[in-house]
Amino acid sequence: MNIGPFSFTRIPFFLLVGFLLVIGIVLTLHRHWMYEVPLVYGETQTIWSVEAKVEFNAHGGPVKVSMARPSAQDGFTVLKEAGASPGYGLNFMDGNEPRAEWTVRGAKGKQELFYRAEILVSQMQSGADLPPPSIQPVSWPEPYASAVNEVLAGAYATSADNYSLTRELLKRFQEDETAQHIELLRTHYADQLPELWVDMLHKARVPASVVYGLNLQDGRRRQNLTPLLRVWNGNDSEIFELPGEESNASLLLAADAPLLLWEQRGAPVLDVTGGTDSSIRFSMLKREESTYANIAENLSSQHDFLNFSIHSLPVEEQAMFKTILLIPIGALIVCILRIIIGIRTSGTFMPVLIALAFIQTSLVTGLIGFLLVVATGLFIRSYLSRLNLLLVARITAVIITVIAIISIFSVLSYKVGLTEGLKITFFPMIILSWTIERMSILWEEEGGREVMVQGGGSLLTAVLAYWAMSDPWVRHLTFNFIGIQFIVLALVLLIGSYTGYRLLELKRFKAFGS
Amino acid sequence: MFTFPWRLERRGILGMNRRNISYISRYNPRRLYPLVDNKLKTKLLAQKAGITTPALIGTVQNQHDVSLLADLLRDVPGFAIKPAKGSGGKGILVLSRHDDEQYIKNSGALVTLAELQRHVSNILSGLYSLGGSPDIAIIEELIEFDQQLGGYSFEGVPDIRVIVCRGYPVMAMMRLSTRNSDGKANLHQGAVGVGLDIATGRPLKAVQNGLSVERHPDTGRELSELVIPQWGQLLELAARCYEESGLGYLGTDMVLDRRYGPMLLELNARPGLTIQVANGCGLLPRLKIIDALSDADVARPAAERVALSRQWFAAQPELKTGA
Repeated sequence: MNIGPFSFTRIPFFLLVGFLLVIGIVLTLHRHWMYEVPLVYGETQTIWSVEAKVEFNAHGGPVKVSMARPSAQDGFTVLKEAGASPGYGLNFMDGNEPRAEWTVRGAKGKQELFYRAEILVSQMQSGADLPPPSIQPVSWPEPYASAVNEVLAGAYATSADNYSLTRELLKRFQEDETAQHIELLRTHYADQLPELWVDMLHKARVPASVVYGLNLQDGRRRQNLTPLLRVWNGNDSEIFELPGEESNASLLLAADAPLLLWEQRGAPVLDVTGGTDSSIRFSMLKREESTYANIAENLSSQHDFLNFSIHSLPVEEQAMFKTILLIPIGALIVCILRIIIGIRTSGTFMPVLIALAFIQTSLVTGLIGFLLVVATGLFIRSYLSRLNLLLVARITAVIITVIAIISIFSVLSYKVGLTEGLKITFFPMIILSWTIERMSILWEEEGGREVMVQGGGSLLTAVLAYWAMSDPWVRHLTFNFIGIQFIVLALVLLIGSYTGYRLLELKRFKAFGS
Repeated sequence: MFTFPWRLERRGILGMNRRNISYISRYNPRRLYPLVDNKLKTKLLAQKAGITTPALIGTVQNQHDVSLLADLLRDVPGFAIKPAKGSGGKGILVLSRHDDEQYIKNSGALVTLAELQRHVSNILSGLYSLGGSPDIAIIEELIEFDQQLGGYSFEGVPDIRVIVCRGYPVMAMMRLSTRNSDGKANLHQGAVGVGLDIATGRPLKAVQNGLSVERHPDTGRELSELVIPQWGQLLELAARCYEESGLGYLGTDMVLDRRYGPMLLELNARPGLTIQVANGCGLLPRLKIIDALSDADVARPAAERVALSRQWFAAQPELKTGA
């Protein structure tokens, strides 16, 4: 490409172009990495809809139900949450232990409360580590105390740190089923083994707690939470499966059934006052969504300066910007076609406006509508030119005529049953009128051939701009990455300083080629 | 169908993009455009500088004055009506008088006074002007073109386009209207373009619609026999337009009048590129010579500049001189 005669005076220009390119690319990558907006269109993200159903029998007095809520954690981001609970007051309490609290003055009989969360599977790190819980002093009656000491001493001797101690401990309960003191503890604490292990770890001054996770499997209903052991080492922590939970033996490894920690700190999952027979069951649904809606939800909630995002606007304005941000792409197409190719159009950016109308009407309907309106308009304009009118009045007459044509076509096509015809109203009427006026004068002065050349050029440009602007990739990139605008600007500046031949000049001057 | 860009580069062809960036926006300050985009201003400027132009019969500035048109034209045998801000020959009407109510076009078609008035009010409302801004209609005396050029043009006045870069004439061509071009001298409408040797004013090559021709398609005159009278004077007039307009890349449109000799018709700040096809050679090598000139060279008197141009840009004619 021949970009101007090179000289040192052009260095600032190239610096500017380079600067714009760098800004554009940096903004785009920042968007991609920091906010996880995918660069690739059609890349989907997984969203889990998880619903918790709390059931209990109320006694008739005031009821307070407190339920643990999932919070952001490695691998998951909570997009939105909602509760359904007729008659109850519902509060979401955040903090280290996020909980949902339903309250009511009086309730009697079987009660059902619902909580629903939309959870996005993401690679984002949650960032904040949970601090370890404080270590509780523990004691056991004999003979269990000595059994505990025995097991702990063995596990302690064969381990190096908190995690390996935990593994050793759990291994003993899993494998040495015949060992006497294990058997003793197993039988006595049959229902409270997880709590026993936590106490044993506390005894060894290792912070630990029982947490509850939900095994996410698409379409499952009435699922229970899985108890897990969470062990801290400083501020780090690790999750351990419990022996005996055979069905979920390899749940941490299963990629298709990821584990969501519903409760992370060892607090009770469900706490009901004023009721009995409480239970909590989960159902979940997986859906793959093409990024778009989720990004929007995610980004609109994150307000900071660098997150300069259209998504922070109300939905209606977003829809408007979706179109506005496409216009530079259409204008870029016009630049390329006029400067590099050398196509002549009637009205420099008229094709972009026509292309915008095509987006609303769809291409074929738009083309047919455009040709119908312009052809009819030219016909009527040829009569107007005989009336000896002043220019402004004549164009006004053309505008009114165009509106009449559009109305007639809409009504006609509707009567015939072609609802497609109604879309003709999306055309910018003033622009159409000017196009008709200009074409008509062109016809009188330069003849029909020039009208065909320029009209054809305009339509070709409009169709190409339409293709570019309706391309899902282009729409995805322009709407989600403001940096693209800088890159387009840099390209336009480069094209603007192109001094080489236009493609059609190679034809025009072909006599010189021999 | 297409040729390769490096071939055009080797032949020194100036392309549209390079013309716009390297010549027009480099040598033509934007503020001077109104001088050339408005024919009335150009005409007044030329008159002040002593450059001959077709005599001004009058102007119509307001819609109100359109009704006075008949009075204005009462004693005039022939005239041309032009929009002051028109471009590319748009809206120019050349008429001779028939009677008070009717006028005759070159082609023989009759034009009524009412039609003429409508044309003028179209001009006033900006139909032919750049950007549709309100305009003025200029009425000029008809040119009686030199008899030596008779038979070289069909219905219209043949005009001579000289490209002047920094005051030096670099390339010239004559535009001959044909039946196809409807009496207009626009090459893309089918007029014949004849490249002229800067040194002698002799024809080099003739093209119509991009193809070489040897004879005028309507009159059959051998184009190689074309001789431009008062060539040196014409070039000097063209060269002087540089000082007067201040535009460094200029297309000057001249005509040869039987009575007054070379006259300036209009100036063009964005002259087209087809002149290269009519000359069979590219503008770039010549423009590069001019680019390299010092300010002192540019400040020479017009006659000296023309002499240098005729020396530098002399060419070998491609059309064989007829028997």
